[in-house]
Amino acid sequence: MRERERGVLPGFGLALGFTLAYLGLLVFIPLGALVLKAATSDGGHLLSTVLAPRTLAAYRLSLGTALVAALINVLFGLLLAWVLERYDFPGKRLIDGLVDLPFALPTAVAGIALTTVYASNGWVGQHLARLGIQVSYTPLGIIAALTFVGLPFVVRTVQPVLRELPAAIEEAAASMGASRLQTFLRLILPELAPAAATGFTLALARGLGEYGSVIFIAGNMPMKSEITPLLIMIKLEEYDYAGATAVALAFLLVSFLILLLVNMLSMRSGVRAPAA
Amino acid sequence: MRTLLIGAALVFLLLFLVLPLLLVFGKALSEGWRAYLAAVGEPVALAAIRLTLLTTAIVVPFNLLFGLAAAWSIAKFEFRGKNLLVTMIDLPFSVSPVIAGMLFVLLFGAQGLWGPWLQAHGIKIIFALPGIVLATAFVTAPLVARELIPLMRSQGVEEEEAAVTLGAGGWQTFFRVSLPKIRWGLFYGVILCTARSVGEFGAVSVVSGHIRGLTTTVPLHVEMLYNEYQFTAAFAVASLLTIVALVTLVLKGLIEWRAGAGEAGR
Repeated sequence: MRERERGVLPGFGLALGFTLAYLGLLVFIPLGALVLKAATSDGGHLLSTVLAPRTLAAYRLSLGTALVAALINVLFGLLLAWVLERYDFPGKRLIDGLVDLPFALPTAVAGIALTTVYASNGWVGQHLARLGIQVSYTPLGIIAALTFVGLPFVVRTVQPVLRELPAAIEEAAASMGASRLQTFLRLILPELAPAAATGFTLALARGLGEYGSVIFIAGNMPMKSEITPLLIMIKLEEYDYAGATAVALAFLLVSFLILLLVNMLSMRSGVRAPAA
Repeated sequence: MRTLLIGAALVFLLLFLVLPLLLVFGKALSEGWRAYLAAVGEPVALAAIRLTLLTTAIVVPFNLLFGLAAAWSIAKFEFRGKNLLVTMIDLPFSVSPVIAGMLFVLLFGAQGLWGPWLQAHGIKIIFALPGIVLATAFVTAPLVARELIPLMRSQGVEEEEAAVTLGAGGWQTFFRVSLPKIRWGLFYGVILCTARSVGEFGAVSVVSGHIRGLTTTVPLHVEMLYNEYQFTAAFAVASLLTIVALVTLVLKGLIEWRAGAGEAGR
C-alpha cells in the first residue's frame, strides 16, 4: 500500500532532494561550523568562558526574563483568547488582527518604540516613574520587550481550541449550579492547558534568542542587564570567536531542549504551533 | 465580569501594542512633514531601502521554493524520518538571530573556516550582500513551509492521484490541481516571509558590518540613527517598516476572509 502510494504521485525525489539540500547548505553546514569551531578550540578557554560570572549572569538574565515574559503571555494570552472567542464588542475584528503585530513588526522598531514609551519621560514611563518604577534600561524593560515579542503565541494556540469547545458545556455546568470560576478551572482550563503550554514554550524559545527589541530597552550593563545574545555579539566584535562559540553552543543546547519539548507537547495535544 | 475581562484585555493591548504603534508615527511626524520626508528621502536611507528590497527579492523566492518542496514531500508521501524532518525545518526558529548570523561569520568571516580561501580569491561574503542574504534566508526559512505543510496534509492526495491516473503529468498536476488549492496559504506564507525579511535585525546585524550606505539595511539604519540621537529621523524611517507590518496584517485579514469565503462556497 505504502509503496503503491509513493508510486502514483511524481516528484518525491526532486522535492525531498531540494528540501534536504537547502536545509543542508543553509542550516546544517553552518551549525556544523559552530560545532567544529568548538571542537577545535581550546577546551579550557571554552569552559572558563561558559563558567565566567558575566556569562552565567547573562544566562540567568535571559532565562529569567524570558520565563517571566512567557508566563505573562500565558495569563494575558488566555484572557485575550477568551475575550476574542466568547464575547462580542465593537472593534473585535480589528483587535484580533492586531494581535499578530509582533510577528510582523521589525524587532528594532518595537525596541525603540517600547523604550520611548516606557522611558521615565515617556507616555507610560512618566506615570510609573512617579510610583518609583523604572522600566526602560532595567530588567523590567527586557521583560516588557519580550512580552511584546511573545504576545501572539498563546493567543493563537489557545483560540482554535476554545472555538472548538462548545459554549454549551459552560451553560450546562452553570445550570447545574457550578460557579463561573469552578466551571473555568474544572472544565475549561484543562482543555486549554496543552495549547497554552505549547504557546508558553514557543514564547519562551522566542524570548530566549530575542535581540532586536531588547537591546534598546535593556540598558546593557554587564552582570545586570546584558542578555546572552548581546554577550555573544560583544564577543564577536572583540574577535573572540572561540568565546562567542562557547557562549552560543551552551545556550543553543538549552534552546533545542525547549524546542524538543514544544514538539512533544504539540504532538500529544495535536495543537498546531503558529509561525513564529 | 464580562466588562472587566474585556477591559483588562484592552488595557494590556493598549500598553504593549497600541501605544508603541502610535508613538512611532507621532515621533516620526513630530517635526513636521518636511523633516519626515527629508529623513526618508536622504541618500543613505534610500540606499538602505534598496539593499533591503534587493535582499528580500532574493530571499523570498528561495524560501518559497523550499517551502513548496518541503510541503510536497512531507504532505504527499510517507517516508522514514518525516517527523525529524519537520522538526529540522523549524530549527531556525529556535536559534537566536545573533547566533544565526554568527554561524556565517564562522564559515565565511576573515578568521572563519573558509575566510582565507575567499579572501585569496577576492570573494566577499561577510560585511557584504551575500552574508546579509544568507543570514536573512536562515532566519526566515521555515515561514512558507510552516504555512504549507499542515494545509497540504489536510488536503490529502486523492485529487492529485486522480489527475495522475487520468494521464496528467507531474508538473501539470502540481500547477493545475495542487497549487490552486493552496494559493491562499502560499500567499500568506510569502507575505509573512517578506515582512520578516524586510525587518530582520539581529542576524543581519552580525554579518553586516554597519558600513553606512553600503551594508546597512533599513532596520540597521534605524538603529544607527537612534544611537546617534536622531530620534525623529529614526522614527521616520521606522514608520516605513511599521507601514509594511500593518499592510501585512491587513493582507492577512483579507486572505483569511477570502479563504473562509472560498471554503463556504464549496
